[in-house]
Amino acid sequence: MLTILFDGVAYGMLLFVLACGLAVTLGLMNFVNLAHGAFAMAGGYVTAVLMNRFGVPFLATLPLAFLIPALIGLVLERSLYQRLYARSHLDQVLFSIGLVFMAVAAVDFAMGSQQQLIQLPPWLQGRVDVMGVQVGLYRSFIILVCGLLVVALQLVLTRTRFGSRLRAAVDDPRVARGLGINVGAIFAATFAVGSGLAGLGGALGAEILGLDPTFPLKFMLYFLIVVTVGGTTSITGPFLASLLLGIADVAGKYYVPSLGAFVIYTLMIVVLVLRPQGLFARGR
Amino acid sequence: MVHSAPLTPEAAGAILSRRARWRWPEIAFWLVAAASLVVLPERHLILNEIAIIGLFAVSLDLILGYAGIVSLGHAAFFGLGAYVAGLMAKHLSGDPLLGLAAAGLAAGLLGLVTSVLVLRGADLTRLMVTLGVALVLGEVANQAAWLTGGADGLQGIVMGPLLGLFEFDIFGTVAYAYSLGVLFVAFWLARRLVHSPFGLSLRAIRDNPLRARAVGIPVHRRLMAIYTVAALYAGLAGGLLAQTTQFVSLDVLAFHRSADVLLVLVIGGVGYLYGGLVGAVIFKVLQDVLSGLTPQYWQFWIGLILVALVLLGRERLSERVRGLWRSGAAEGAR
Amino acid sequence: MSYALETRGLVKRFGGLTATDNVSFRLAAGARHALIGPNGAGKTTFINLLTGVLAPSAGQILLEGSDVTRLSAERRVRRGLARTFQINQLFGAMTPLEAIGLAVSERLGGGRDWWRVSGSQRAVLDEAVAIAARFRLTDVLEERTANLAYGKQRLLEIALAFACRPRVLLLDEPAAGVPEAERHELLATVAALPREVSVLLIEHDMDLVFSFAEEISVLVNGALLTQGSVAAVAADPRVRAVYLGESTA
Repeated sequence: MLTILFDGVAYGMLLFVLACGLAVTLGLMNFVNLAHGAFAMAGGYVTAVLMNRFGVPFLATLPLAFLIPALIGLVLERSLYQRLYARSHLDQVLFSIGLVFMAVAAVDFAMGSQQQLIQLPPWLQGRVDVMGVQVGLYRSFIILVCGLLVVALQLVLTRTRFGSRLRAAVDDPRVARGLGINVGAIFAATFAVGSGLAGLGGALGAEILGLDPTFPLKFMLYFLIVVTVGGTTSITGPFLASLLLGIADVAGKYYVPSLGAFVIYTLMIVVLVLRPQGLFARGR
Repeated sequence: MVHSAPLTPEAAGAILSRRARWRWPEIAFWLVAAASLVVLPERHLILNEIAIIGLFAVSLDLILGYAGIVSLGHAAFFGLGAYVAGLMAKHLSGDPLLGLAAAGLAAGLLGLVTSVLVLRGADLTRLMVTLGVALVLGEVANQAAWLTGGADGLQGIVMGPLLGLFEFDIFGTVAYAYSLGVLFVAFWLARRLVHSPFGLSLRAIRDNPLRARAVGIPVHRRLMAIYTVAALYAGLAGGLLAQTTQFVSLDVLAFHRSADVLLVLVIGGVGYLYGGLVGAVIFKVLQDVLSGLTPQYWQFWIGLILVALVLLGRERLSERVRGLWRSGAAEGAR
Repeated sequence: MSYALETRGLVKRFGGLTATDNVSFRLAAGARHALIGPNGAGKTTFINLLTGVLAPSAGQILLEGSDVTRLSAERRVRRGLARTFQINQLFGAMTPLEAIGLAVSERLGGGRDWWRVSGSQRAVLDEAVAIAARFRLTDVLEERTANLAYGKQRLLEIALAFACRPRVLLLDEPAAGVPEAERHELLATVAALPREVSVLLIEHDMDLVFSFAEEISVLVNGALLTQGSVAAVAADPRVRAVYLGESTA
């Protein structure tokens, strides 16, 4: 059972890294970006292509799995997303769904629809016995990397000038602008970083979550769950929500496989109905 | 417009009911639709599809255009209707109208129950709840393969003759006539609803919910009512699909169904009821044309159209269409 | 003796802030009552509590003797309590005719009618036209509400509340923002309201208060400072100190 807990935690942290960009985008720009999963997919494919076609070692692909989606995100944000911040949520939903469809079809065309398989380096494969519990090496690696990322994010948010500007902009963009904070640049930077993190998450998760052109649609709901259940006013909210979701999903699939994802969906509906602003959100 | 004499109640009534008059483009539309039954015999299968998608899109317009609820899971009602109609035919009775009624009722019931959930919370929460409901249903359909046929789909649906007289033929003529008939009746009823005091109250709720409450409108009850009606209509559309194609697959509950119907409605225009029908025609024609170009990657073009529509200001397009519509009405009144 | 509107120990707290502090207020039947107080005294919060937009932290609200504390906003309207908003809350995309017609129709139970065409019910039309005439809106009945002059919008705001045939009407600063030229029309309309309707008026404009009100309540920091006839309140030194200090009276 502890193994399940451990796997759940790994899954949860992965989900967090994948979804935190979406949380910030929603909280900051009030933009419902259903295409967020496409950036994760991009990162996954970067790693897959680099490893399988060019023989680049796994670890070396990770920075690129971050950078390339980040760049794509930056370009898209400045050129397209930026025009839609003031639009209705319906327009944003339509736009991001359109982007997802395009991304999915494009990747299907370019890479084919089969699962992308990644060969993990030998030192990450296998399991180790730690105090009687079977602990996967790869999952430990994920927990380590994601944990470091979370800590880094929290430090940036709380200890740096950028972080405080970001928090000000999330709290009230108009006032932030009035204070001379370049809100537009912050939007662009956070969107890029969020997309990059999603890409990194996609690369790290390719082995566990699978990677094929339907990835953005398959996991869209999970990201949305993290964001709506966890709220968008802090990092801890989505973090806890991701852990909960990860553990619940892994445990659910292990103990009651016939119910499958049914449990997750119903739980989500229940939570949203009882607390529409999220489980962890502080009141706005 | 300034009145030289005080407005009489009769004149006021005429002004208010002006919107409800049948205008010539509407009459022309339905005449053409009826004529296509005779004039385009080789196209009846695709026309049937258009009628079904049209009904589905009109049902979405009822909640999106008239109640302002953005739903990403409207396929839940469509799919439920399809499965209920299919199962009815397979196990209970092959009578089409009976099965259709069951489909509509089941979907309406689901709509009533979920309307309570959907009305809480802001846009994003609603989005997620509607999405969630559709996904739950999808999972249930998948898991209950003993009932629904699972991934293989529900097969062995055999339909009895329509009204006891007309057997479904392979050319789709009876099917199209059936779907068109159902579409017309349903549309006509929805049209009356929209122009009624109830429909006016919905417009008020969309415009200013606070003020709506302050004149005594029970906002939640009205929204629940329209959501239920919309669900019922979507169920009818799903039922029609099951009955006219005699097959139901898991696809009826898929996310892309909900996304596609949203696109159809948006293409045709939200909020004037004909948008769903116009959009259905355009969508099918587009699909035909684009599938000829790149058969596998049709989704790419859909995505592109959506992105382009939004960037080019779909709302402005919608406003303009509605403006034309209304000036057409003013013409009709003079 | 039953009052048209009464509150008993009404309290509203927002976190640490007490916006409404143990207010026991009485509105007599047929009253012309004004509620005054400095900015931030909590007058609009009080109205929101009375109408059900906000739920009280404690206390009771009675409408013509019956407890409506737990009733939803729309139910209270049905029981005869209507209000206007300080900042116009209108149906921007609808015409005054549609809006007034809607309010009347709802009151007559037409809201559930999904079959008949709007504008076919004679009783609704008669009343809507009459209300429009009373509130001097006849010549703008077919304009889009959002395009109306501010004074006309303010009149429509009151007309909508009136269309609910209220027994108690709460007017939240009806003259606020209305240009000089259009004020007279507004004030005359308010003065001409029938006696069956008990009116509570919130206003800053002292001319309007003195010309309209027969009784005045003074709200300061969420609590009722005093309540009484116009003369008594005007003479009260506490009120002068808090609020009327700069007036010429």
